[in-house]
Amino acid sequence: MVVAEVMRRTWAMTWKDVRVELRARERMNAMLFFAALVLFIFNFALGPDLSKLRDAAPGLLWLAFLFTGMLGLGRSFQAERENECFEELLLTPGDRESLYFGKLAGNILFMVMAEMLILPLFAILYNLEIWSALPGLLLVACLGTVGFSTIGTLLAAMTAHLRAREVMLPLLLFPLTVPVILGSVKATEALLSGAGLAEAGHWVKLLAGFDVVFLVVCPLAFEFVLEE
Amino acid sequence: MENRLAVEVEGLTKVFGSTLALDAVDLRAARGEVVALLGPNGAGKTTLLKLLSTALKPTAGGGRILGEDLVKGRDPIRRRIGMISHNHHLYEELTAEENLRFAATMRGIRPEHDAIRKALAEVGLEAQAGGKVRTYSTGMKRRLVIGKMLLFDPELLFLDEPHNTLDQAAIALLNGYVASVRARGGSAIVATHNLSRAYDMADRFVLMREGAVARHVEKEHVTVDQLRELYTRYAENDGGVPGDAGPLRQADGREALAAS
Repeated sequence: MVVAEVMRRTWAMTWKDVRVELRARERMNAMLFFAALVLFIFNFALGPDLSKLRDAAPGLLWLAFLFTGMLGLGRSFQAERENECFEELLLTPGDRESLYFGKLAGNILFMVMAEMLILPLFAILYNLEIWSALPGLLLVACLGTVGFSTIGTLLAAMTAHLRAREVMLPLLLFPLTVPVILGSVKATEALLSGAGLAEAGHWVKLLAGFDVVFLVVCPLAFEFVLEE
Repeated sequence: MENRLAVEVEGLTKVFGSTLALDAVDLRAARGEVVALLGPNGAGKTTLLKLLSTALKPTAGGGRILGEDLVKGRDPIRRRIGMISHNHHLYEELTAEENLRFAATMRGIRPEHDAIRKALAEVGLEAQAGGKVRTYSTGMKRRLVIGKMLLFDPELLFLDEPHNTLDQAAIALLNGYVASVRARGGSAIVATHNLSRAYDMADRFVLMREGAVARHVEKEHVTVDQLRELYTRYAENDGGVPGDAGPLRQADGREALAAS
């Protein structure tokens, strides 16, 4: 019964965020424009040298993913800031985890949607054959996105009411997600170099481990963030 | 025996950094009573409302809301209170119906479609139910908030500057709703600086200044003009001393008027 209530509230929160975004189209437009800009600029900067492009590709791909994700996280509480809806959420009785997981699911969804559009653009612009490594890349992208969004959602809530939130969010988020970023880039590097998922295994395990830790700690910390 | 007080707090203090926003405020409100918090901007009315509604934790002091401990019983308190604020608490990109459904679900209520339509009809928004809230006027938004309260059915209502920018029809609807809450034994705490609106709505007035209670005034002892005079004297700095309200039972405004 309690689980059903938590699920219902989580779904309501995610549905609300998706519905707001479908109508406002502020977050996805900004995310996709920014990602395309990053990929284009680095493509021009690195030139046509294929070996140089391949060396830089894993880092560039995650640069696009993470900056895009950061942009999305920064706007994830925009609707709550408007008309002080945050206060109403604070005054809702019941568990705080459903608020957190509802927000998290929305953030992951938007980041994954952006990644699904970035990935083919990346392959075309950088002339990379990614299709054979695609299952492994998708797995790494999912694990990296979950880790990044899990702690990002918590920090986005924490900084939502700060005047300098655009500065504070990346300042807090990037140092805390270094293991996730490192694991994602290294695993992507291994997969793009032609090595199988087995060779990238230890990085994938590291990513999965951090995801589990963040998924346990962040919902517990969310209550303290929300209640002042 | 059921506690007959809806609000019973003592020494409520709130400090933000080095700023004392609320200084040892005592307040009581009986069930079925409407109390107006009156004071200029910065008097601490909104901070007091936020503390009473559990949106903020007090730095010191405490008490009971609807018989529940203000700090330890936040969850049961939140199930029984409602908030009408000038900030609306509405999602602009959602429709009226979606806003009500979302708010009810988050509160643990599973409203039937008919219940939502009925609430919207009661506040005169049935025809606009499918329109985005962004397209609504301020009065329509406030009516939608009242529709939300009809679904929540709170025992204790908090209102923060509820009359701001409302037209006469919306004011009448709001006052009617507060009267209906009181008629079924509920209570309301209204923070406002609009004295005549407060006089129409409330049974008792708490004059606040600089984060403290300056005077308690019973409606039965004053006219609206006398209330205005007391407000000028105690809340707007003309001879009033913050925190001189004394015990609640002694303070009803009569002695202050007699001395003037």
